[in-house]
Amino acid sequence: MSQIEAAAPKFKLTVSRDVTDVAYRLLAVALICIALSLVSDAFLTANNLLNVLRQASLVFFMASGLTLVILTGKIDLSIGATVGLSACVAATMIKSTGSSWLGAAAAIGVGSIVGLGNGLMVTKLRIPSFIATYGMLWVAQGATYYYMSGQSVYGFPAGFRALGSGYLLGIPIPIYLMVAFLAIGYFFTKRTTYGQQIYAIGANTVAARLSGIPVNSRLNLVFVLSGAMAGLASLIYLARLNSAEGDIGETLTLPTIAAVVIGGTSLFGGVGSLFGTFIGGLILTLILNGMNLLNLNANWQPLVTGLIVLLAVWLDMKTRSKTDSN
Amino acid sequence: MWTARSTLEFCVGKKRGRLSDDHLPEYRRGVAVPPFATCPVARMVDVTPMAPPKAEGDASAPLLELRGICKTFPGVRALDDVSFPIWPGEIHMLCGENGAGKSSLMKVLCGAYVADEGDLFHRGEKVEIKSTLDARKFGIAVIFQEFSLVPYLSVAQNIYLGREFPGKIPGTIDRQKIRSEAQRVLGMIGSDIDIDAPVHTLGVAQQQIVEIAKALSQNARILVMDEPTSALSDTETEHLFGMMRRLKAAGVAIVYISHRMAEVFLLGDRITILRDGKKVATLLPDETSPGDLVQKMVGRKVDAIHRRGANIKAGEDTLDVKGLTGPSGISDIHLNVRAGEIVGLCGLVGSGRTEVARAIFGADRVTGGEVTFFGKRFTGGPDEATRRGVALIPESRKAQGLALIRSVGDNIVVAALDRLFPSHLFHPAKAGKVAQAMIKKLRISTPSARRAVQVLSGGNQQKVVIGKWLTADARLFIFDEPTRGIDVGAKAEIFALMYDLVENGAAILMISSELSEIVNVCDRAYVMREGIIAGELSRERLNEENILQLGMHHE
Repeated sequence: MSQIEAAAPKFKLTVSRDVTDVAYRLLAVALICIALSLVSDAFLTANNLLNVLRQASLVFFMASGLTLVILTGKIDLSIGATVGLSACVAATMIKSTGSSWLGAAAAIGVGSIVGLGNGLMVTKLRIPSFIATYGMLWVAQGATYYYMSGQSVYGFPAGFRALGSGYLLGIPIPIYLMVAFLAIGYFFTKRTTYGQQIYAIGANTVAARLSGIPVNSRLNLVFVLSGAMAGLASLIYLARLNSAEGDIGETLTLPTIAAVVIGGTSLFGGVGSLFGTFIGGLILTLILNGMNLLNLNANWQPLVTGLIVLLAVWLDMKTRSKTDSN
Repeated sequence: MWTARSTLEFCVGKKRGRLSDDHLPEYRRGVAVPPFATCPVARMVDVTPMAPPKAEGDASAPLLELRGICKTFPGVRALDDVSFPIWPGEIHMLCGENGAGKSSLMKVLCGAYVADEGDLFHRGEKVEIKSTLDARKFGIAVIFQEFSLVPYLSVAQNIYLGREFPGKIPGTIDRQKIRSEAQRVLGMIGSDIDIDAPVHTLGVAQQQIVEIAKALSQNARILVMDEPTSALSDTETEHLFGMMRRLKAAGVAIVYISHRMAEVFLLGDRITILRDGKKVATLLPDETSPGDLVQKMVGRKVDAIHRRGANIKAGEDTLDVKGLTGPSGISDIHLNVRAGEIVGLCGLVGSGRTEVARAIFGADRVTGGEVTFFGKRFTGGPDEATRRGVALIPESRKAQGLALIRSVGDNIVVAALDRLFPSHLFHPAKAGKVAQAMIKKLRISTPSARRAVQVLSGGNQQKVVIGKWLTADARLFIFDEPTRGIDVGAKAEIFALMYDLVENGAAILMISSELSEIVNVCDRAYVMREGIIAGELSRERLNEENILQLGMHHE
């Protein structure tokens, strides 16, 4: 076979999986946009598009950290609860000290601590991440309820609220943040040795460990980053809602996982990209936006989300088995 | 070259004809295969070679015949016009380098691949095997190296998995019948495995027997076995061979893939050699020799494994292990390896060799003793060992050595990321260049550095693992079964690489189950037995006999 292989064209155009996966998804985004602009006049307006992007940015912050976790082949189910806890701690911090900065630090700090807890449960106690973070979900949620004791905190300084609802040069501020974190995340995953190691761990954890990769410390890192990003997301959320209650993060986890999966990241680890997650979040938001514009009952939302997830995974498996069969 | 006809006559005259007469009419009619159950055990065990079957007998048509089988994948002609018959009651050896097409052929036989061209004839009738279900219908069963057993189900449940006998009440299963049938099938092949034991409690050899029993319970008439002895100890291997002889006597055809010359000549009734997807020849063992076979497999002359020149310049102590003890079952291990040396670590499978390697590398917990690399005490994990210039080439390439879904290039640089990019900034172009250089240096046969490692042949995958550690600048290499599942040509290349490494001052600790490899390649060796070092053999005393003597269990 060696001779035959050697005879194969040397400069065959090999496009990496990441690129083709993202290309398919960009195509999907384009098709959805065309379809929506045909059925609704309100879709193709600057206002609506910026609104879509702003909503997508919230999904992206949570989903970007989660993408790192899923790339290593683990899962973080505590994202929504972490957002809730961070938001509530930040809210009371801002109210009591009046400092938005302290509030921001508190949110990201709380998120990181929750993430570290997840990481240590997985690496030190060897609890499967599914169970560890599922337990953390309840712990964080319970802590939030206890902490808030049914109260809600509202009314934050205008400077802080700008983080969620402010504009700069006519574009919502969260969009700037999303672009910045997309760039940072891309750089981190593709252009640092940490990113390479994260992919290697997801592809084969045992081989990664025996190749000298400090697997445990990298796993701790991705869980901390996932928690920290949830903390950041909680700030944007808080600034947009201008109020915090105990149940603030309850419904956020599953859509976040959906965005990552629609974005083409394999739940088995080792395959996927942050850019894919960004597009996954965008697709999800576009569909929901379209449903709003068409005045479809909001109760259809979960069902539609589910169908998109299944469709995306099915298409991935189809294209992958085609290219991997040889 | 043998024509089908001359081979056939030869076989009928000398090699075959061990079928008991009472099965012949059924064969001749080409109707349903006699269920295995009808062969009395006694007859299967005590079969004496009989006179050739009268006239053409059942031999008028082979059990299965391949004619002009071709299979092409993008860029690779995996099978190219392969033809040969498989006769009942023969052990048909399939030899060839990795990538020669053996696996593809196996997959065509079991229906995992459908041939692009060519025909299959089952007892003279043209058939199509498009799925594993088809293959099963024609009595073809493949025993893969990785077993398809469910660990937590019992032996009996595994044998009849998916084919459970219905009980009296619809929707239930008849457990008693499953057990009694399983007992019967195992009895036929003379096995005394407990049918109620969960499969995960069995050893590899016993699991293999369960696989075989499962195949036979489905009336398999053609067993395809892929390197079945690679994970077996000597006694287990003997046991397997005995079983194969009994199956053969009962008219089962066995297609046997092996890289071990001794097995090929010990068991083979006929030997088919593949190279680059083409059939080179089908030979009888009498008319060839190991040297000839190797030459035909690689298509060029291969230098045998050389013992290195006597002037070994052993330098500083590279690895020094004192009293290493751990929960993985090793105790009080003392050994050392100096720069420029290849030191063997041998012993029976399960004697603790791999556990010693893992403990040295920091992959397993240790409870006592100390490890010194390059004169400095080592207590860390694999990441620290890697930083210190130590490499572990693990026993199982696919499970422990490689990220199969990642590219060849990614795998080559993965252990060297910190060394190549000390600032932690990763440059894909630089990584690509490094990988490309290693691909060239080790002559890794891959269409591109961006190809996923999983499409490479075993030998090339092993080269990728070695390339990974060369890229990481390792100076002490622990090879665990470096040649398992690797063809002769690639073996020679890997040994050449090892010689090159020690010439340049690296040190090697090599684990191998192939005693001839230890004897030929190593400068000295430690022999393990039940978790301890049973003894050390200096170069003068290093021979197979001494290794066995030290490694055998003494009651």
